[in-house]
Formats: sequence, C-alpha cells, structure tokens
Amino acid sequence: MRKVAIEVHDLWFKYNHSNEWVLKGINLTVKVGEKVAILGENGSGKTTLIKHFNGLLKPCNGVVKVFGVDTRFASVAKLARRVGIVFQNPLHQFFSETVWDEVAYALYNFGYSEEEIERRVEYTLKLMDLYDLRYKSPFTLSGGEMRRLALASILVYNPDIIVIDEPTIGQDAKHKRKLAEILNTLANMGKTVIVVTHDIEFAIEYFPRIIVLSSGKIIADGSPNKIIYDDNIVNRANIIRPPIISLIIELSKRYNVDVDLSKTKFDEIVREIINIIRRKESSLGIR
Amino acid sequence: MYRAIKEPSKTGDFKMTEAIRVENLTFYYEGEVKPALKNINLSINEGEYVIITGPSGSGKSTLCRTFNGLIPHFYKGKMEGEVYVKGLRVKEHSVRELSKIVGMVFQEPENQVLTLSVKDEIAFGLENLGYPPNVIEDRIEHVLDVMGIKHLKNKVIFELSGGELQKVIVASILAMNPDILVFDEPTSNMDPKSALDFLKYTVKINKEYGKTVIIVEHRLDYIISYASKIVVLNDGEIVAIGNPRKVLMEDILEDIGISIPQIPLLFKKLKRLLPCCETPLTIEEALSLLGRVIAEGSYRGT
Ligand SMILES: Nc1ncnc2c1ncn2[C@@H]1O[C@H](COP(=O)(O)OP(=O)(O)OP(=O)(O)O)[C@@H](O)[C@H]1O
Ligand SMILES: Nc1ncnc2c1ncn2[C@@H]1O[C@H](COP(=O)(O)OP(=O)(O)OP(=O)(O)O)[C@@H](O)[C@H]1O
Ligand SMILES: [Mg+2]
Ligand SMILES: [Mg+2]
Repeated sequence: MRKVAIEVHDLWFKYNHSNEWVLKGINLTVKVGEKVAILGENGSGKTTLIKHFNGLLKPCNGVVKVFGVDTRFASVAKLARRVGIVFQNPLHQFFSETVWDEVAYALYNFGYSEEEIERRVEYTLKLMDLYDLRYKSPFTLSGGEMRRLALASILVYNPDIIVIDEPTIGQDAKHKRKLAEILNTLANMGKTVIVVTHDIEFAIEYFPRIIVLSSGKIIADGSPNKIIYDDNIVNRANIIRPPIISLIIELSKRYNVDVDLSKTKFDEIVREIINIIRRKESSLGIR
Repeated sequence: MYRAIKEPSKTGDFKMTEAIRVENLTFYYEGEVKPALKNINLSINEGEYVIITGPSGSGKSTLCRTFNGLIPHFYKGKMEGEVYVKGLRVKEHSVRELSKIVGMVFQEPENQVLTLSVKDEIAFGLENLGYPPNVIEDRIEHVLDVMGIKHLKNKVIFELSGGELQKVIVASILAMNPDILVFDEPTSNMDPKSALDFLKYTVKINKEYGKTVIIVEHRLDYIISYASKIVVLNDGEIVAIGNPRKVLMEDILEDIGISIPQIPLLFKKLKRLLPCCETPLTIEEALSLLGRVIAEGSYRGT
C-alpha cells in the first residue's frame, strides 16, 4: 500500500471576521505519487483548501496531516520544504531582480552549494523554457512566462508534494502539453501532484482523479468519466463540458448511435467518432 | 447611452470608421535588444469582434497596451510606426484621454486594483468621468448583475477569490461603457460557466450596441464562430490574419504550438474520411454534418 501524503479529516474553515464557513467538513486522502485535479466554481474554496496543505492556513475545526504530521504543530518553513505551492497570482511570489535569482532563492535558503545551485537553476530554467529570459526582471515577463517562473521556483528545490493553483493560465498548447509531461514525470518519480484548475479539458485529459468542490464541500471524487458525464455534478460546480464530450453525448441522444460514453481523452473520442462513421459506411456497403 | 451599430448606406459610399489602426509598428521595451512587436499593420473597424491569439510571449499583451496608450506613455521603450484610436494618434494623447474611448482589462487583474472595496472599485472610473451619484449607483447594479456578482458588492477587494476579483475588474471596465473594449485573457480565473456567460455578453454588446471588442482569449470554442477576425501573432509578428474559419485551418497554428478549439480540430482529423466538407466550428454545425453522415452513410453529394 502506498503511503499517505495528505490527509484531511472533517476540515472546517472560515476567515477571521467573517461568519461564513468557506470549507465545510472536508474529508480527503491523497496518496504518495497520486495526480489529482481539484475543480469547482469561483469562490467554492479551492485556494483556501490548498493553503492548508503547507500550513499557511490552519483548520478552525478538524485536522490536516502532511506525511502524518498535524499542520497545527508543524512550522510553515519546515512544511514548505516538502510541500511546494504555486499560487494563483504569481506576482505575489516574486521579489528578486532577475529570473535566475528568483529560481535560485530557495536553494540559497536551504544552503545548497554554489555548484549545485548553478546546475539546478540552469536545468529548471531550460525545462520551463525560460533560460533565454534569465537576466530579465520577473516583473517584465509576459503572463504565461510569469506563471512558468512561479512553477520553476518551486520545482527547483524538489519538494515531495507539488500543488499548483491554475497551472494552465496563459499557457499555449505546446506549453500545456509540456506541463502535463512534467507533472507526469514527477508523479512517476513518486512525487504527489495536486492542481486546482478551471481548465476542464486539461483536467480530464491528464488527471486520473478529480475532486469537485462546491460551496465548500466535496461533491465528487473519482475518475474523469464519473464526473464529466454526470449532469448533476457538472451543473452544480459550474462546469461546462469540453465540446467533444458534448458532441458525443448529443450524437448518442439525437441519432441513437451506439457510442461508448466513458471515454474522456480527446484522441479516444476522435477514434470513437471515426468508428461510428466507418460502421455506417460498411453497413451501407461503401468502401 | 449605447450607440447603435452603423448601417452601411444603400449608395455604397459608406466608409466604416476605423476603431484602431496600426501602421508599421515596431516596439522594443526599454533595455531589450529584441523587439516585442515587429512591423505590425492592422486595421480594426468599429463594430468588429477581433480575437488575438499566439503563443506565450508572442506579443499579445504588448499589442493591447498600444491600444490605450500604455505604450508608449507608461511602458518606456522605442516605438516606431503609429497607432491611431478613432483617428487619434496615441503618441499625442494621454492614457487618461484614450481610456474614455478604450476600456482595457489587463491580464493580471490585481495590477488594476485602485481601491479597497468592490463598490468603490466600480464607482472609481465613473466618478472620474463625472457621472452623478444616481447614475453611478445604477451602473454599479447593472454590471454586478451582468457579471453575476451582486453578492460581492460590499466585499473587500483583497478578500476575494481569484475569479471573483477578475469579475469585479471586468465589471469596473464595463461600467464605463467605452466604445472599444480590450480584454487581455479576461476569463483566465473564471469557472467555465462564468466564462461562457461573460463571453456571451461580449458578443451581445458587440452585436446589439456595436461595441468594438478586441479579446485575447484561450477559450475560443464559443467566440470563434462569431468573431469577424482573428489575428495570430508569433514572435512579435502577425503570421496569420482573417476570417477564423480560414485561419484555423492553416497549419501554421499547430506549428507554432497554439491551441485549436476541439471541434475544428476533430474535423481536421476527420479530413481523410470526410474530405470535402466545410469545417464546422460549433457543436451544432458538427452535429448536423455528422447527422447527415449517419443518416445517409455519407455526406458525399453535398
Ligand atoms: N482573505 C480572505 N478573507 C475573507 N474571505 C476570503 C478570503 N479569501 C477568500 N475569501 C472568500 O472565501 C471564499 C473561497 O475563496 P477561495 O479563494 O478559496 O475560492 P476559489 O475556489 O479558489 O475560487 P476561484 O476559482 O475564484 O479562485 C470566497 O467566497 C472568497 O470571497
Ligand atoms: N514590461 C516589459 N519589459 C520588458 N519586456 C517585456 C515587458 N513585458 C513583456 N515583455 C517581453 O515581451 C515579449 C512579449 O510579451 P507579451 O506580454 O506581449 O506576450 P504575450 O503574447 O501577452 O504572452 P502571454 O500569453 O504569456 O501573456 C515577451 O518576451 C516578454 O518577456
Ligand atoms: Mg482560487
Ligand atoms: Mg499576455
């Protein structure tokens, strides 16, 4: 059995001065090496939830454990070394004069040797397609570049749990695919990867487990096909199905064709549609 | 309050006024040796709906910044060529003047926050434009309603979630009701339903009130079939421009690594099976084409 990375037990949370509960009894276990996407409408509490994973926020009620340690009794600095969080707004994260220094910062903090820092920073910047921009100020980057920098500055110190709030914002198709590959590699290396995203296509294409939050509660937790084909979940969490999913649902409804409504990956659905056309043609003796 | 779209005159001598005109524009940010924009020429008529796309770092935001004078007035650098907004040379007009004509939502909404509360944030621009309090109050209610955020009216800005903040900033720009609206990734933090509602609204104000809409957006599924023009940037240059239906089929898009919406992408992949059909852009178009294939075994003959 795989070890548990994050364990959330009956977590209740509200911000100071507010009397509205933002998180209302969250229960959740994420194992080491898992890849999880969290979806949910604006204001549903996603960012608030992940801020509990490195102890930045502490539960009002209930318990959050990271590698078995209750976050109430652990220092944020210690947790941060094992749990890297990339925040929704990267601007909050930057303070260095150059892209290079921004990425190197944590390594200096953790006391790595100059040589090791040099090696790691160079590798990470190249991985994130930022090496050519290394002398620029983080604040003069494009939106997409800033987000890749925010991720680079976390990846560089190799935390065990990587949490990214909205990783695909500002990324073109090429960078999205690359990001998915990187996250995959990390999970295969035994890292735990958690993303919060509104990018449904990205979530159902690349994540085997999806958690849906709505009004501070988990309303679904399962494989992409369990979630994306469920009208109730989709509507409650303000999800819009990717067009290709809507297309095959409508195809099966309107034309009564036999389609497999469990596929979620784009290429699989394309194949499904090709099969429909082929079946029809051969039944009519064409080709 | 809203200006109706101009009807072309019957005599055919009507010339649509240009909303934006860009001539031989090259721009270097201060201290950079590589231009962020290279020899851009672009004309956008009043009442157009224009999508700007391109890979990360290709110059989309930079181009948008020239439309309200942030470039060259706020971002320093070397600017060659000209940008005109409704005939005004941006070099000669302040951001303040231009912002009466052009409303812009930045890519990072937080950079745009000016006040502490949601209500003040939306009122701010209106007060500057000298509107009376009752009009301001009406406008605030209207845009909060449009963005589906009435419940946030009395909230503190820095206590909002990412998507909530983005909706407030969009609302504050809509409230000023400018003729030209420039949105730089306005839905990046919105949930899919909110994003779709907002995009539908941009189409509505374009269609019904003749607003010129210029939008950098990754969620193209809905707007692609509606846009009058798509501009594709790569490395600071325009590499494709024109009708979305045509531009989307150009191989350059995949070559430079930008995303094509799922429906046209699907039919690109079905090209061999369905060689002579016009590429569908919407789910409805796709359904009717596939419906014909399923009913007749073939669409051949169309
Ligand atoms: N610092 C804060 N003080 C008070 N309320 C807050 C604070 N931060 C967030 N909230 C409120 O808590 C709720 C949940 O916010 P959170 O940021 O967790 O949402 P989210 O699911 O990440 O939304 P989004 O998709 O818009 O990013 C929202 O209603 C928000 O207004
Ligand atoms: N203020 C600035 N100073 C210097 N260089 C800048 C500045 N803003 C952007 N750049 C650079 O100019 C280029 C174009 O940036 P721009 O922000 O226009 O790209 P973009 O197409 O909007 O990208 P994204 O999709 O990632 O937001 C990038 O290489 C970027 O690093
Ligand atoms: Mg959030
Ligand atoms: Mg940009």
